[in-house]
Amino acid sequence: MKREIPLIITFVAGVAFVLQYFIPHYPFNRFENLFSDWFSIVGAFAIWLGALSLIKLCLLNISKKAHDWPISLLIIVCFLAIVVAGAIDGFNGLKNVPTTSFRDPGTNFDWLYQNVYTPLSATMFAILAFFVASASYRAFRARNTAATLLLLSAFFVMIGRVPIGDYLSAWLPPSWQLSQWANWLMAFPNTAGQRAVMIGIALGTVSTSLRIILGIERAHLEG
Amino acid sequence: MDRLKTLLFLTSVVILLCLPAYSQTSIDSTAAVKPAVESPASPTNVVAKDTKNDDGSAMDISWQLSPDDKRLVTKYVVLRSKSPNGPFVGIGSTTKGQSFYTDNGDTVGVSYYYKVAAVNELKTADGQVVVGSSESSMVGPVKPVAQWFNLRRTDVLIWLFITCAAILFYIMQAKSGKELYVRKIAGIDAVDDAIGRATEMGRKVFFVPGIQDMDDVATIAAITILGRVARICATNETMLDVPVSKSLVMVTARESVREAYSRVGRPDAFKEDQVHYVTDDQFGYAAAIDGMVMRDKPAAMFYMGGFFAEALILAETGNNAGAIQIAGTNQPAQIPFFVAACDYTLIGEELFAASAYLEREPRLLGSLKGQDFAKGLFLLAIFLLLILAMLGVNWVTIMDVS
Repeated sequence: MKREIPLIITFVAGVAFVLQYFIPHYPFNRFENLFSDWFSIVGAFAIWLGALSLIKLCLLNISKKAHDWPISLLIIVCFLAIVVAGAIDGFNGLKNVPTTSFRDPGTNFDWLYQNVYTPLSATMFAILAFFVASASYRAFRARNTAATLLLLSAFFVMIGRVPIGDYLSAWLPPSWQLSQWANWLMAFPNTAGQRAVMIGIALGTVSTSLRIILGIERAHLEG
Repeated sequence: MDRLKTLLFLTSVVILLCLPAYSQTSIDSTAAVKPAVESPASPTNVVAKDTKNDDGSAMDISWQLSPDDKRLVTKYVVLRSKSPNGPFVGIGSTTKGQSFYTDNGDTVGVSYYYKVAAVNELKTADGQVVVGSSESSMVGPVKPVAQWFNLRRTDVLIWLFITCAAILFYIMQAKSGKELYVRKIAGIDAVDDAIGRATEMGRKVFFVPGIQDMDDVATIAAITILGRVARICATNETMLDVPVSKSLVMVTARESVREAYSRVGRPDAFKEDQVHYVTDDQFGYAAAIDGMVMRDKPAAMFYMGGFFAEALILAETGNNAGAIQIAGTNQPAQIPFFVAACDYTLIGEELFAASAYLEREPRLLGSLKGQDFAKGLFLLAIFLLLILAMLGVNWVTIMDVS
């Protein structure tokens, strides 16, 4: 029964989802919101498991004095700081009339969010620019025919997307200028490739969903 | 007599004092009168009918534009009531020149009456809004009806039916013992080699299942691949580390890895902390994994599931650490980044084919074959429609089932 019950639930939920896509009549029109609510409720309980796992792992690292254990200590301190700040702001907000949220501007939680979390998050995102440069450098080396085509495409798209592209090709007829080459590459070969990938993904999704609904695919349940 | 004089005097004083106030009031009253605004002619031929293919919560209202549409009308206001006697309440508006509105706030089975008002709304120099309007005649009663089938999705149903039929057909073929040829997928073939390398080097294998939750089919596909990876790691006695960004994924992945270790007879080698939660935050997750990768220098890294902007941050860090990297995602925008930074990338449906390919179980391989057959049909359909479009036959693109 340990295997059968999840399979039955999967089958019923899967069929219900397929039906609600094609049948707009009540009660099918409620299924999406209903399942979404259930998922959110289960997820809200599960977040504790995640938090406990994180704390447990960090405490183990600290107790064993494992490699880089101060990082684990820092994680626990940060975790507790944000939880305590949010809790204090939340309880204080309940005393206000009308009640305020811990996320409102001016709270300690908001200060931490704006001055610690946001800059750190933005920093990580900014690093992406450098990684794009290093990945492009490797990818655009003309090692074989395919890589050479990639390099040429990238060259025309990049130069066609900046004003200097049209400046350099101003002597050509307008429809032959570099910006038009870039537009053509993006509109036709690129779009065709993207759509081919998307059709493949859609078919793969249908196939995987069907295997899961019918209980043929069980690896996610049993390893 | 003196009293009479005093009374007359006081009366005069009061009248004199009141006069300025009276004159002021008169000016104000004059100012309060809004300037006249011309009312446009009312719209005609108002039609209210049930919106097709919906759950009975909408009604389509159309009308013929007011003859003054271009000259006076600034907007049309749709009015609704549950009784022919009113009151009619404005439920929405359209700009001039528009003759259609969908009322999305209806209840199934309730009768409604509608009117449409042509409105001429002007703003005076002192900021006042003056309005002139005229209403159409009432239409109704009309009841919204819920449909049992969304006809707009008929084409999806047909394709879904064809795809499912092909998959089921090939599953049955596979069950009957027929040998099925499945094309080679280099990225999946490299899984064993990558883990083997980690075993020889005595380093960890990292499996990153993306930042999507368990409601995403790519995450489910990733968990199925994780099961297989965990089995090879357990057999080879190679340390597997699975940092996750969603608690539900952690629970599912943990069970999958535990089961994999049990299957190869090494349940004692499984440690719960191999599969551990990091954070729900996208860039926090990327930063944490980057740190782990730079500290632990894994020999192999797998990125399977739903990835967004963090894809390249992770893959480039893994590349810098010298790991063999195999990636697969259902996000088309991230595939080029993985191609650039990883050794092997599962493109498109290959991510979903991976578990069947790895397991070599006939029923799973049958579904893979059916999926490829449906893909062939799609290609054929696209080719035929392209030819038809080039010949000027475009009945498919103009087909409307509403």
